[in-house]
Amino acid sequence: MASPSSAAKRDGAARPDPLLSLRGISKSFGAVQALADIDLDVSAGEVVALLGDNGAGKSTLVKILSGVHQPDSGTITFHGREAKISSPTESRALGIATVYQDLALCDNLDVVANLFLGREEKRFTLSEEAMERHAWSLLRQLSAKIPSVRIPVASLSGGQRQTVAIARSLVGAPSIVILDEPTAALGVAQTAEVLNLIERLRERDHGILLITHNMADVKEVADRAVVLRLGRNNGDYDVRATSQQDIVAAITGATDSAVTRRATAVAGKRDAEEASR
Amino acid sequence: MTSTELSQSLPIDQQDERLIQAEGMRGRLRVLSRRLQGGEIGALPVVLGLVLIFVIFQALNSYFLSSANLVDLLTQCAAIGTISIGVVLVLLVAQIDLSIGSMSGVASAVLGVGFVLHHLPLWLTMALALVAGVVVGLIYSVAFVRFSVPSFVVTLAGLLALLGFQLKLLGANGSINIPFSSGIVEFMQAMFVPRPFSYVLMAAVSALYLFSSLARVRRRRAHELSVPSVTGIFLRSGLLLVALEAATFYLNEDRGISAPFVLFVVLVVAMNFLLTRTAWGRSVFAVGGSVEGARRAGINVSRVYLSVFVLCSMFAALGGLLSAGRLATASISSGVGDTNLDAIAAAVIGGTSLFGGRGSAWSALLGIVVIESIASGLTLLNLEASVRYMITGGVLLLAVIVDSVSRHSRAAHGRA
Repeated sequence: MASPSSAAKRDGAARPDPLLSLRGISKSFGAVQALADIDLDVSAGEVVALLGDNGAGKSTLVKILSGVHQPDSGTITFHGREAKISSPTESRALGIATVYQDLALCDNLDVVANLFLGREEKRFTLSEEAMERHAWSLLRQLSAKIPSVRIPVASLSGGQRQTVAIARSLVGAPSIVILDEPTAALGVAQTAEVLNLIERLRERDHGILLITHNMADVKEVADRAVVLRLGRNNGDYDVRATSQQDIVAAITGATDSAVTRRATAVAGKRDAEEASR
Repeated sequence: MTSTELSQSLPIDQQDERLIQAEGMRGRLRVLSRRLQGGEIGALPVVLGLVLIFVIFQALNSYFLSSANLVDLLTQCAAIGTISIGVVLVLLVAQIDLSIGSMSGVASAVLGVGFVLHHLPLWLTMALALVAGVVVGLIYSVAFVRFSVPSFVVTLAGLLALLGFQLKLLGANGSINIPFSSGIVEFMQAMFVPRPFSYVLMAAVSALYLFSSLARVRRRRAHELSVPSVTGIFLRSGLLLVALEAATFYLNEDRGISAPFVLFVVLVVAMNFLLTRTAWGRSVFAVGGSVEGARRAGINVSRVYLSVFVLCSMFAALGGLLSAGRLATASISSGVGDTNLDAIAAAVIGGTSLFGGRGSAWSALLGIVVIESIASGLTLLNLEASVRYMITGGVLLLAVIVDSVSRHSRAAHGRA
């Protein structure tokens, strides 16, 4: 399943220099401090889950990485060099690919056109055949199940559209792929497919930043979980060595929260039932 | 290539077992009917409509399909058809330009004033008129992109402002006659493709179609993709050749194929090439499909809008020049009235969606032929302008309904 390099990492070997590292990133919108002093590292062949409640600053952080917003302060280091990301195009040129939650596909265009939109292969005219072939090879690498690449993406299912969006992010051979809630709108089987895709990306040594609300997804594919709370770092966990409860506690901000109280209450009830038996 | 070869090693785009294979004639028909039901209707309604119009008017007046009338009809298409190419572009990015009529009027006024009153060379005045189109397009795109004014308001303002400018240019004269000896009037009124050459031209067009189709087959085969049947390509090219030569023969019974119509078709083909085979064309469709999607794919959306508005105004200016040449006059009534309606209606009737992202340069040609056929047929029946307006309005409404219904159908069949 996993490649040797990621297996080694999970065994606790020293992490190589991160591909992407953020230090002291802050961003405010008017009186609202959306992000304060955020640190984040992503290495090659690593899936980092970015977690946080609504309003924790996940989306703002993603927008900074994808060049939509600029940070007020802090540094972004990419491949060991300090980088300034002032536009989406620059972000992509650096090697950061973002798959947005709403996918941002053009429904009227076919799969090939969507995959290569904005960076068509051309020799005076568009090289449709070369792109079609390239599209198939990309989709095969992801073991994607798309029946035809010459149909408008509107006719694809949610999971297939997600696949197209992820395949599109790979066209420029990026080193970091940011996935914004890739499973939020998907059914059980399609979610599994997308999680497989993420594992394949890791095997191909991409660094992956996975934004999600779904703890099950985190448990399934993530190596580390970075938690944001109210715009600040609130923990960096090795997913395999940490209980889900601890991560949830970091997300909600306290070991004593509605979620943990419920968990305790349920557990207590179960104990009581067992005792009474 | 035989079918056994194909099944032994399937091309890489046909290896998914869920693909419904279209084998033989019946399979192709089934695929076609499924696409039609799904709302992928393309040019079918307008072609059917055109046949219907031809049959009805021919039954009412046998002069309608005569060589002489068809020659006039096609020549008549050139000016407004050219304007309609620009309308197709703005519709593709889901915008509108309501000022094309006034823009064409300004262009004809520039021609009249510059060429006739100031004795400037013809090429210079025509270039000036086109530059005026570029300037107007730039102003529209600044207002639209920079200040986010909806395009129909910008161009509605433009309609009035340009109309004023046209009146100002023409001044007290109100109307300027353009001498017949000038190149443009001669071109529009009396220039036809020489008979022998017209047959060669049609043969060349068919050969071009054949060779580009075969080149495509070769490229697809080189990339291990599925290829259409080569026999089919030869068959289609042959049919095209026969149809074109027959039409040419019929038109040559009278004066032949007019130069303005050839110019118009060349412009349509060129625009179709730009829209379907270049990255710019792809970005136009992408912006029409999803502005946000296009922007995030790294397309400079503002530049796409700018190119489209500028091209639309330029086509309107060129259409105005052609129309001034056709009428041999530039007057305060040039471009007023039905020019706007006809040019926009032609694009929509021809099958370009009002909702953006769907359409083709060919719809300008198909649509304008429909409109001019109706106009010509009603004129032959001695019906007044009032009836003509009402019928053209009805046809436009019908076209928009077809557009809307097929859009819903696409959504229902997951092809939106």
